[in-house]
Amino acid sequence: MTATRAKSGAAGAAAEALLRLEDVTVRFGAGAALDGVGLDVAEHEIVCVLGPSGSGKSTLLRVVAGLQGMDSGRVVLGGRDQSGVPAHKRGVGLMFQDHQLFPQRDVAGNVAFGLRMHGVPRAEQAQRVAELLDLVGLPGAQKRAVSALSGGEQQRVALARALAPRPRLLMLDEPLGQLDRSLRERLVVELRELFDELGTTVLAVTHDQGEAFALADRVVVMRDGRIAQSGTPLEVWRNPADEFVARFLGFDNVVDATVTGEAADTVWGKVPVPEGTREGTCRLLVRPAGVRLVGARDGLACVVAARTFRGTHVALQLEPLGGPRLEAACALRHAPAVGETVGVAFDSGDVVVLG
Amino acid sequence: MALPVAFFGVFFAYPVAAIVARGLKPDGSWRFGRITEVLGQSDIQQVLWFTTWQALASTALTLLVALPGAYVFARFEFRGKQVLRAVVTVPFVLPTVVVGTAFLALIGRGGLFDELWGMRLDTTVWAILLAHVFFNYAVVVRTVGGLWAQLDPRQEEAARMLGASRARAWRTVTLPALAPAVAAAALMVFLFTFTSFGVVQILGGPAYSTLEVEIYRQTAQLLDLPTAAVLTLVQFAAVGAVLAVHAWTVRRRESALKLVDASATVRRPRGAGQWSLLGFVLLTVALLILLPLGVLVQRSFDGPDGFGFLYYETLRSADGGAFLVPAIDAIGNSLRYAVVATAIAVVIGGLAAAALTRRAGRLVRGFDALLMLPLGVSAVTVGFGFLITLDEPPLDLRASWFLVPLAQALVGVPFVVRTMLPVLRAVDGRLREAAAVLGASPLRAWREVDFPLVRRALLIAAGFAFAVSLGEFGATVFIARPDNPTLPVAVARLLGRAGDLNYGQAMALSTILMLVCAVSLLLLERLRTERTTGEF
Repeated sequence: MTATRAKSGAAGAAAEALLRLEDVTVRFGAGAALDGVGLDVAEHEIVCVLGPSGSGKSTLLRVVAGLQGMDSGRVVLGGRDQSGVPAHKRGVGLMFQDHQLFPQRDVAGNVAFGLRMHGVPRAEQAQRVAELLDLVGLPGAQKRAVSALSGGEQQRVALARALAPRPRLLMLDEPLGQLDRSLRERLVVELRELFDELGTTVLAVTHDQGEAFALADRVVVMRDGRIAQSGTPLEVWRNPADEFVARFLGFDNVVDATVTGEAADTVWGKVPVPEGTREGTCRLLVRPAGVRLVGARDGLACVVAARTFRGTHVALQLEPLGGPRLEAACALRHAPAVGETVGVAFDSGDVVVLG
Repeated sequence: MALPVAFFGVFFAYPVAAIVARGLKPDGSWRFGRITEVLGQSDIQQVLWFTTWQALASTALTLLVALPGAYVFARFEFRGKQVLRAVVTVPFVLPTVVVGTAFLALIGRGGLFDELWGMRLDTTVWAILLAHVFFNYAVVVRTVGGLWAQLDPRQEEAARMLGASRARAWRTVTLPALAPAVAAAALMVFLFTFTSFGVVQILGGPAYSTLEVEIYRQTAQLLDLPTAAVLTLVQFAAVGAVLAVHAWTVRRRESALKLVDASATVRRPRGAGQWSLLGFVLLTVALLILLPLGVLVQRSFDGPDGFGFLYYETLRSADGGAFLVPAIDAIGNSLRYAVVATAIAVVIGGLAAAALTRRAGRLVRGFDALLMLPLGVSAVTVGFGFLITLDEPPLDLRASWFLVPLAQALVGVPFVVRTMLPVLRAVDGRLREAAAVLGASPLRAWREVDFPLVRRALLIAAGFAFAVSLGEFGATVFIARPDNPTLPVAVARLLGRAGDLNYGQAMALSTILMLVCAVSLLLLERLRTERTTGEF
């Protein structure tokens, strides 16, 4: 991570934000796809909007690109209000979900498209195309037909095409959505390195938390057209703002609790809470890592209902006598068999009070 | 959308309305009593009855003969298939006058059958039905076969795996998927045969007359405008009803079907059953389509002094007496008119199709159906309407040659719209957005994204419009001036006169017209991809 990125990325709401959304609302029929969304993206920052399908993420990108009108609110790019500015004059790049490469043009024709639209001289176009194809790892692919490209190659061409006119803001809509898992994991690292190198300002949307956390300086979680939480990947991961975010991140050990002193009463028994937790009733999350297996008599007695091999650890589904199931993570060697009865204790370090 | 609407308003709705008004409001007040009066006449009732039943019979016969063809063309791979597909389409773009003439040469007075067995079928209803099947074979093969080829055979396989027999799988999976296409094809055939003019005019003789022929007779020969107006209204209502049903089936057809690339579903025929089916279809095509066309060509060379170019040569002289100018001039006229008509049809139809793509809703769907009306509304009425409405300033076109291409374009527009619409609708709107984000203005985006994708469809549409304009007869017969006849008009006039020379010249001119149409169609066939098989 470069120095500039760290500085501007941390603040997030720097005064000279490159992109600022103010109270943006978009309605489709009765429902709102975006409901009073405010968001700042600083120069050189990579922001990833994370949310389930239908949460309004793609609409957000389309509003910024000028492809979708707003019912109210403002989009400010580089200090200028964009209302009335058509899509082709906004100077932003958008990489579409399924790439939308022009089928009748070859790779070079696709990458050079934006350059042609901006009146770049022919020789310079060719040079820039070659440069970009090198950058995305497809050197010499100029003459290939886009229909002959694999999914990963199409994604690279789409990226090169979006980067070619040097947009001040690059937006990615589910950039790796249709690729298979191993390719996705490799490409997300490549993308991050590439954006660091170029200093590109990026606004991406995805439903894949792994992708978002690997790519972004800052993650924005959306729900039903509203922003549920915004923060660095680590912050969001460690302290999900509410039960929706927690469950979206895959944390299902959520329970009603009444906090008194350093512990909370739950259907799972007493659960220790971090210091300084406010007393009273709340919803409590225990991350699987904080569910520790102890002797059957020493903790909450649970029956092992299922176990899933996760590579580095085993995920256990535990059925306590009362209350909802618990998920626990445990080392391969110590994993109990299905049907065994185990005891469970909780670590306060992995207990989070939800808003 | 404004330009197409204006075009249709001025050159279609206004003339038709004017002629109806002229008939029903002769002295300033409406006389709706005329309608029942006219419909009460027994000879008119007879015309109505004949028009309806011959259209129904033609449709049924066409489906019967052409559905096996649709299957064979959709699912079998055999040598010469591409050529054969083009061949069966030739009749569809052939001028009705040529179709009539070809059948006359086959089964008419002095025709092939007459010579061989003394059998004459002209002036019988069989001649009309056969000619209608000949004419519409391609409609069924293209509309049904096009879809059939793209139906995923695995759907049927899935049904078989779930325990359905072969026949049951076909009946429960394939047939329901095909039904809307069959219905659409049947409706189009019904429409074309219901409004049939040239074929019936030439083959029907005095005994048989469709509505359209009767309208022509009442207008041009008996000068009985009120009766013609009533008949126009009746035809209008019938066609409107058919088109409404058609629009409905088309929408049903757009419902999500799982379509695959046609090339993946064809295979070589296997077993005696499939080979004999292929043989049957080939035989049908040979007897029904190749034979009439072949006889037509043969007759055009078969002069009184044996085979030769006599009829073609005499076309060059004005002495034939049928025209003020050499008949050969009709070729130049036809080509010139058709080029202009094509240009108009492509512009108007293209704009209409673009408007229909961008917008949705009831109004637009209504406009879509409206665009099809010229296919069914009496061309005779339109032609005559032109004469009585476009004869005073500011639109005094009666003396202008421009009137003919205008009328022909009217018939070409529905074909342009039908060809362009599916392709335009298939252009992914997000490609346009991708272009916009990369800095292309809306106009530039259209030129860079839409145009390259639809260029091929545009050419095909233009070709259809060209062929249709070339063959247009009903309206042109009214408005083409005697010194500037088009090919179909010249053929009809030659056939209307006695004498071997006139007959032979008609055959020769028809052959020329057929060649021009066939060549333009073969050029199209090279452009046409499997994906864009026609929609009408």
